Amino acid sequence: MMMLMMVSLFLTFFFLSHSPLFLNKHQLQRSPNMLGTEHDLNFKETELCLGLPGGSGGGGGAAAAGGGGGGKNEVESSPKTTGKRGYSETVDLKLNLQSKEGCMDLNQNLENGSKEKNHLTAKPPAKAQVLGWPPVRSYRKNIMANQKNNSDEISDRASSGSGGAAFVKVCMDGAPYLRKVDLKMYNSYQKLSDALAKMFSSFTMGSYGCEGMIDFMNESKLMDLLNSSDYVPTYEDKDGDWMLVGDVPWEMFVESCKRLRIMKGSEAIGLAPRAMEKCKSRV
Amino acid sequence: MQKKTAYSFPDEILEHVFSFIQSGKDRNAASVVCKSWYEIERWCRRKIFVGNCYAVSPTMVIRRFPDIRSIELKGKPHFADFNLVPDGWGGYVLPWISEMAGAYPWLEEIRLKRMVVTDESLELVAKSFTNLQVLVLFSCEGFSTDGLAAIAASCKNLRELDLRDSEVDDLSGHWLNHFPDTYTSLVSLNISCLGSDDVSFSALERLVGRCPNLRRLLLNREVPLDKIANLLSRAPQLIEFGTGTYAAELRSDVYSNLAEAFCNCKELKCLSGFWDAVPAYLPVIYSVCSRLTSLNLSYAPIQNPDLTKLVSQCPSLQRMLVLDYIEDSGLEVLASSCKDLQELRVFPSDPFGEEPNVSLTEKGLVAVSSGCPKLQSVLYFCRQMSNAALVTIAQNCPNFTRFRLCLLDPKIADYRTLQPLDVGFGAIVEHCKDLRRLSLSGLLTDRVFEYIGMHAKKLEMLSVAFAGESDLALHHVLSGCESLRKLEIMNCPFGDKALLANAAKLETMRSLWMSSCSVSLGACKMLGQKMPRLNIEVMDEKGPPDSRAESDPVDKLYIYRSVAGPRFDMPPFVWTMDEDFASELS
Repeated sequence: MMMLMMVSLFLTFFFLSHSPLFLNKHQLQRSPNMLGTEHDLNFKETELCLGLPGGSGGGGGAAAAGGGGGGKNEVESSPKTTGKRGYSETVDLKLNLQSKEGCMDLNQNLENGSKEKNHLTAKPPAKAQVLGWPPVRSYRKNIMANQKNNSDEISDRASSGSGGAAFVKVCMDGAPYLRKVDLKMYNSYQKLSDALAKMFSSFTMGSYGCEGMIDFMNESKLMDLLNSSDYVPTYEDKDGDWMLVGDVPWEMFVESCKRLRIMKGSEAIGLAPRAMEKCKSRV
Repeated sequence: MQKKTAYSFPDEILEHVFSFIQSGKDRNAASVVCKSWYEIERWCRRKIFVGNCYAVSPTMVIRRFPDIRSIELKGKPHFADFNLVPDGWGGYVLPWISEMAGAYPWLEEIRLKRMVVTDESLELVAKSFTNLQVLVLFSCEGFSTDGLAAIAASCKNLRELDLRDSEVDDLSGHWLNHFPDTYTSLVSLNISCLGSDDVSFSALERLVGRCPNLRRLLLNREVPLDKIANLLSRAPQLIEFGTGTYAAELRSDVYSNLAEAFCNCKELKCLSGFWDAVPAYLPVIYSVCSRLTSLNLSYAPIQNPDLTKLVSQCPSLQRMLVLDYIEDSGLEVLASSCKDLQELRVFPSDPFGEEPNVSLTEKGLVAVSSGCPKLQSVLYFCRQMSNAALVTIAQNCPNFTRFRLCLLDPKIADYRTLQPLDVGFGAIVEHCKDLRRLSLSGLLTDRVFEYIGMHAKKLEMLSVAFAGESDLALHHVLSGCESLRKLEIMNCPFGDKALLANAAKLETMRSLWMSSCSVSLGACKMLGQKMPRLNIEVMDEKGPPDSRAESDPVDKLYIYRSVAGPRFDMPPFVWTMDEDFASELS
């Protein structure tokens, strides 16, 4: 019995080491806005006179650079400003943000997305999604995502009625914003991880393996991780228990997840034994 | 004693005259003619619209208007629809309900948009307003089916319950059972947003069956196709109907029942719903098509030729909402069949896809603009546009009141010339003199804003993203657009100068939203100090403003005029820059 528990614990911990969910503290701090515009206040302007702002466009500084996108045209509206990441750093933007400093500037996403399309001969990564664009309500986005996934099974959908969205609140220790994600927008842990990364600026989860489940192996590596100050995602399931994200197949997770919380690894240690018990009883 | 001249009427006469003035704007104008008109008007005003719930306090409203029967309130800024406003920002309706509960016991209509409505609020509504007839919760959130149960149980005179696009927590499916058996007054019911298990179908059937005045019924997705015939047969007087999921195995009995049920709805003019629609069941609505004035297929994954065939049978269409599956070819058919078309909305089926999945381009919109002379309102998502097309569209449709173009790649240029789309949008504002609402997208320089400032004199709402090069752009808009009420901007290189130079303009507008721009904290503070009748709200995750440099840009900025002063229900990530701000922090 004890042996079984130890093995299970062992196995859970592998997940976390195999797929590091960590987040260094410094990455939480966002770097200043990278548009590189002037910020000095011209006090004359501020006396509310209706004069034109000084200079023909000097005030605004360089526009957010960006290719026309879509690889269809090569127009660049203005030269890059300083502070933007060089191209070479953008290649694995989607996969692992740990080495990147600071936040993901939205304009950069767009630029990076289009640059990658222009230059890479390999299959381009999915276009980085800019928050708020295109301006489609979440409800509609979700319906579309569902329908895309089920496009082969439309005629069978009568009874499936999977309903609309699966919005869950996401909070991250230390971040004042509460956010919401619609779990039905994603079809794998990796996609969810990418979305959370964008939302919380530098949170990253590694690969989950082909089935997206916990792979059970290296206990000590996991313990190191949980003991560090890095962050792991956890969720509250239907029974009200807090579990480590990734313990069950994706579909089961979507059904049972009520809330997400990204917490420090050291706090998540307490979850591990309970999570193990539960996993055991499921299997 | 007040001397009455030959030109003054007794109050009762004036009051009677005012009762013919329904428009809030006109009433507002009448109320400032003189003090006696102000008094008379405020006593007999029955309907009030508050475009920003924080622009005024409930106490102030109640003090001025003692006998309101109908109120409409709006809360969060429009960009909240696209997840740009963090949770907890505000827009709570409870303070309003609490105060109105005592002051307006005869309140009949409550219409809320983008507000946070809790079960507690709904329970208070149910308890306080026994004469409630209309409850519209448009894009609201924060409540559950428990709150709805309270409304159902208590509001005997309820005619209209509309939960359009709201987020409702599903707790139990049986709130519909709370409508008493004696309740028969329902005229309009929109539960299309409810999730699974929220609706007890048998309760719905009984409700529909006993309400002979039911004219509008919009079901939620969970209602299966084979139940619709039964419902419709109990309500053949319906004018507007929204199906649930429109997919099922093809069965001849279901098919024929459905066809017959639709056929018997002789007054049906508006259809919507059609989630997951399969082509097999489309023909059942053919008998209704010739009468349809409004058709919403924007949740239906139907493609051509079925989609086009359906559209071609609806010559009376005035309002069409559809996915881009309709493609240019379908829009051409629409243009030739639907000469009464006034409003068109084309939504993207794959908004985040890399490559186009459908053949929908600018050509479809040009076709509709050419074929439909009454076209006034457009919302169009597509992947390519040209200046030439926009100029043609503008020339074809000088009557546009609303024009919203969303290019999926927000900075894409004219695909033919690789130029910015300035000239195209310039043509729109130049030709469409009645344009009230405009959303821009595509590659745009300061020039387009120059055109807008010059021509868009009736423009009330402008949405801008990823556009412009400098503050000059913002300055053009703020100084030129005389009728501007709402301006929302995301990801544009606009900084302090235009904002500060046009600070006075901001008091003539309802609100300004700027996110991911370059407005500095210092400028916000300055505005806060100089403009006491503006609330300058800064939203930032990074931490309180006092911890950062004056020149740091703020993440999100929301400025709105208010006579109520700064609000007190702000979450930790929102700060108001007011005159006390600087001193509070030192």
